[in-house]
Amino acid sequence: MSILVGRDSRVLVQGITGRDGSFHARQMKEYGTRVVAGVTPGKGGASIDGIPVFDSVEEAVAKTKANVSVVYVPAALAQDAIYEAVDAEIPLVVCITEGLPVRDMVEVAAYLRGRSTRLIGPNCPGLISPGQCKVGIMPGFIHTPGRIGLVSRSGTLTYEVVWQLTRAGMGQSTCIGIGGDPIVGTRFVDTLALFEADDKTDAIVLIGEIGGSDEEDAAALIERHVSKPVVAFIAGQTAPPGRRMGHAGAIVSGGAGTAQEKMARFERAGVPVAKIPSEIPGLLAAGIAKRGPKGLRVVRGGRRKAAKPGGKKAAAGARKAAAGARKTAARRKTTKRKPIKTKRRSRP
Amino acid sequence: MNLHEYQGKDLLRAAGIPVPPGEVARTAAEAVAIADRLGYPAVVKAQVLIGGRGKAGGVKVVQSAEELAREAGRILGMEIRGHRVHRVLVTPSAAIEREYYAGIVLDRKSEAPILMVSPAGGVDIEEVARTTPEKILRLHLDGRGLPGYRARAAARFLDPRWEIQRALVPVLIRLAAVYHENDASLAEINPLVVTAEKGVWALDAKVVIDDNALDRHPDLAALRDLAAEDPGEVEARDSGLSYVRLDGGTIGCVVNGAGLAMATMDLIQYYGGKPANFLDIGGSSNPDKVTAAMKILTWDARVRAVLFNIFGGITRGDDVARGLIAALDRMKVKIPIVIRLTGTNEKEARDLLGARGMTALSDMDEAVRTVIARAAEAA
Repeated sequence: MSILVGRDSRVLVQGITGRDGSFHARQMKEYGTRVVAGVTPGKGGASIDGIPVFDSVEEAVAKTKANVSVVYVPAALAQDAIYEAVDAEIPLVVCITEGLPVRDMVEVAAYLRGRSTRLIGPNCPGLISPGQCKVGIMPGFIHTPGRIGLVSRSGTLTYEVVWQLTRAGMGQSTCIGIGGDPIVGTRFVDTLALFEADDKTDAIVLIGEIGGSDEEDAAALIERHVSKPVVAFIAGQTAPPGRRMGHAGAIVSGGAGTAQEKMARFERAGVPVAKIPSEIPGLLAAGIAKRGPKGLRVVRGGRRKAAKPGGKKAAAGARKAAAGARKTAARRKTTKRKPIKTKRRSRP
Repeated sequence: MNLHEYQGKDLLRAAGIPVPPGEVARTAAEAVAIADRLGYPAVVKAQVLIGGRGKAGGVKVVQSAEELAREAGRILGMEIRGHRVHRVLVTPSAAIEREYYAGIVLDRKSEAPILMVSPAGGVDIEEVARTTPEKILRLHLDGRGLPGYRARAAARFLDPRWEIQRALVPVLIRLAAVYHENDASLAEINPLVVTAEKGVWALDAKVVIDDNALDRHPDLAALRDLAAEDPGEVEARDSGLSYVRLDGGTIGCVVNGAGLAMATMDLIQYYGGKPANFLDIGGSSNPDKVTAAMKILTWDARVRAVLFNIFGGITRGDDVARGLIAALDRMKVKIPIVIRLTGTNEKEARDLLGARGMTALSDMDEAVRTVIARAAEAA
């Protein structure tokens, strides 16, 4: 069923009476998403395009059984909106809002540890399982249903790549924008594990950019736990060090987080790196062709091993490794504290 | 937003961290008046928003008023890696026994700030991390801030003497508070010194405030030094654009979205051109933004041709085309413009531009190759 969102997703829009919230609620509904509720404090009882508006997330969930929330509230209120959705135990929260202070996200990240909610974003376009469900601000028409999974830190660059895939006849299972901030709820490693486990995804496109080390972590995970072909692209090869390139997280600091390092790390992991976006469809096709007949998987490092596509074993390994990466990070915080359980629900 | 040293020191001082007295001068005469009050020997330090001031000759110890007048005059007006010096900080010189490092920075991997301390202070901490990583202690901070026992562990790592540790502990705890309360993304004291008299002092301060948090710190937002910034970047911020000037470029670009903007720069380089800037106009098709973008690019005399790369998503292509036409009507643009426009309402956009004698390409690679050719012709 693709990953994270699908036909069964019941979407709640936080900030539905705002300019962006109402516009995108309508767009999502037109795409075929089941938008079941909206929340704006003080506007309970209203209705936007036939979507009932509630005063609180708790009430909206009780009345409509929403299982995905998408947040369009202004940055100053976004932390509170995320907390409200997490406390209402919504399994998947997607925060589109840009401009959250880092401190707010440090606090959110700490609060999410050990809780069952998965957060995507902030500062992201959202996610879409083409033909089934769109949660976010991406233009629906550029997508087409298919078997390529795509994950990206960017917005319009993602659209560009999706559009090129669509025109090359390569449909998508799910496309996820994880956001351009230094701290985001869901990272590359998390989505790679989900794509590896999804039997509707054959190959994965990863679009990274300068800053941080999430791409390096992704390469390390792919090396050991991902059997499906992956193609990577990294934006920002010409970015000067020490300068923020639009996204709060896109900055080379202290010589670390350069595009060149990330590209080299992927190459070392056996992941083909597209030099320019238009190379992506060709590299994907080559990767899929190389994987050979159905049931025979190329395991990185040259060994060949028989396994079912989307084999449970490989997928479980990837999930475990992704959770492990999180745990290590959590443990590093305070050595005294007990390692916290970070397993998250993979499907709402 | 980067703060000047003197601004960062004000924050440290307000938090109770010992900072030597010091005042800011805009002229050599002002500098001498300050040192006459605070005493000699004095240190005169260029206030610029870039590192490496010492190496560039922007920091001097002076013994007398005559020497200070000469050095302050030289430093005021000098240029340090492209940053002109408008102010100097004048402060008494200290008899330094030891130089340590203490800094707090966001650690993206663990999604939390970390305190870094090192007994190898006074030099670039990244250099220490590369050459002698064992000389750095890293402690993660959580919702508790920096508990006393962890501050004591950091102090022990820095100095074996109990009386010095006792002075270091409150400095580290207060530094953590400065980081947290001001929404900093970096709060650094380098060097944190022990003087011959066994006093502990912050001799330098580097504080960077999270731009996204400035709305809740109007007092800090007011500290922004517009004179120290690139005029194009100031104009961009005022117009809600994101702009970064690149060295050695000739091709201007205007793009919607940060990732696509970076990819466009990379593609220009891939095909043999030199991008002059990063410029993200965001999701808006507002003609004012397009006008501001064109204004910034035409200020840049190096730019020989401009590429518009727009992926019409929720932003409709025809709206962008109208914005562009309105912007071009308002100003005279002599350099060639290449437009790449695809996505929503692409055809309508093409018709609008066509009526004005402009053509829009739909393929990004082709548009980049075209703008490189136009820039070469214009050279």
